[in-house]
Amino acid sequence: MITSGFDYHAPGTVAEAIGLLTSLGDEAKILAGGHSLLPMMKLRLAEPAHLIDLANIHELRGIQSQGDVIRIGAMTTENELINSTLIREKLPLLAEAARQIADPQVRNRGTIGGDIAHADPANDQPAIAMALDATLVLQGARGIRRVAAVDFFHGPYMTVMQADELLVCLEISSLPAGTGCAYRKLKRKTGDWATAGAAVVLQRSGDVITKARIGLTNVAPTPLRATAAEQLMVGKTLSPDLMNEVALQVRTICHPQEDLRGDVEYKTAMAGEMTKRAIGLAAARCF
Amino acid sequence: MSKQKIALSINGKKVEPEVDTRLLLVHFLREQQNLTGTHIGCDTSHCGVCTVDVDGQSIKSCTTLAVQCNGKSVTTVEGLASGAVLHAVQLSFSQEHGLQCGFCTPGMLMRAYRFLQENPNPTEDEIRMGMSGNLCRCTGYQNIVKAIQRAAEMLRTQATETATV
Repeated sequence: MITSGFDYHAPGTVAEAIGLLTSLGDEAKILAGGHSLLPMMKLRLAEPAHLIDLANIHELRGIQSQGDVIRIGAMTTENELINSTLIREKLPLLAEAARQIADPQVRNRGTIGGDIAHADPANDQPAIAMALDATLVLQGARGIRRVAAVDFFHGPYMTVMQADELLVCLEISSLPAGTGCAYRKLKRKTGDWATAGAAVVLQRSGDVITKARIGLTNVAPTPLRATAAEQLMVGKTLSPDLMNEVALQVRTICHPQEDLRGDVEYKTAMAGEMTKRAIGLAAARCF
Repeated sequence: MSKQKIALSINGKKVEPEVDTRLLLVHFLREQQNLTGTHIGCDTSHCGVCTVDVDGQSIKSCTTLAVQCNGKSVTTVEGLASGAVLHAVQLSFSQEHGLQCGFCTPGMLMRAYRFLQENPNPTEDEIRMGMSGNLCRCTGYQNIVKAIQRAAEMLRTQATETATV
């Protein structure tokens, strides 16, 4: 399969890229890892007249600790997340999610920024970003703005990003000691998108949950944060009954698309099940 | 302007072609460089038969543009052997019967080649995880795993022998 024709640009700086986006508007698409965009273009589901390749822009790479905040460049690949000591120590949820995305070759190209900005409801990092209270740093012709991950997604492939904006990096606060996280993704096979996925971040004081975050993948047109389900846990001790209650609450906000991965009832039930598994794992990992 | 001049090296040889911006790396290798060892299977980044090595990374060439390889070093299956001397993975796949029809084999070899550099002493689970981007319809994978285990042993022995010289 072959894409339609396009002009190819490979800017060296964020400023250059924004200049191109500003002049080309919606005739241009950003090329990050290309493993969502190029397959779509090969199927002629996308036919941009211009591609802006971010590969040469150093500002978009790297993972750094800035005090309490970890800054992750948008062009950080899934394998870079997996191999990063800093991520494994401070934000292991990102590496755990990355390991469940696609396969080793695709993970050499797929980027966290692309996964989030492309906003395919089946992508995993959006729910992870929500569960980690991530801030997305956008830069455009009018300057820099910061958007919370929970406020970023409007619908399938639709985000708050304007035509002249680039996602530059994620800023995530280090998780305090005593935080446990887990991502459980049900999939038919390696490399598949989620039938349903749940990201959980928990803090405990003794046996009592003091903070909970639940992010859900591929059970709605956007990633979901299950705030009502989170509230059910805060101030309580974990028990099988509580986990069932939480799972039932999670199910009420799911409205997945029926497809070969399952019908609405099955996918919804699996969202509940993945949530329970992620909670169990996260709770065990609270130290 | 939908043509672009690029410069890259393929199996150690420098080339400076002018290519259509939309030319996929796999088509560039097969049709313009006559290196037909790299195969096209699913054409959607799932099966891995198109796997090559770019700047030290396993990459699916069906989902990469030739222009994205400007300035880079590409190795294909044709570049694995050193003259008449087969690479350890080529030897081991032959010895352990790690192929039947052979269609997935170039991709398997290119991925195994890189995987064993990333992880020279892998467990079976690590091999299966490391090779999870490459599908095979014939073998059921067990001889592929054995071949990679054997290649790992050969490479470790070679490394020890070189080190003690």
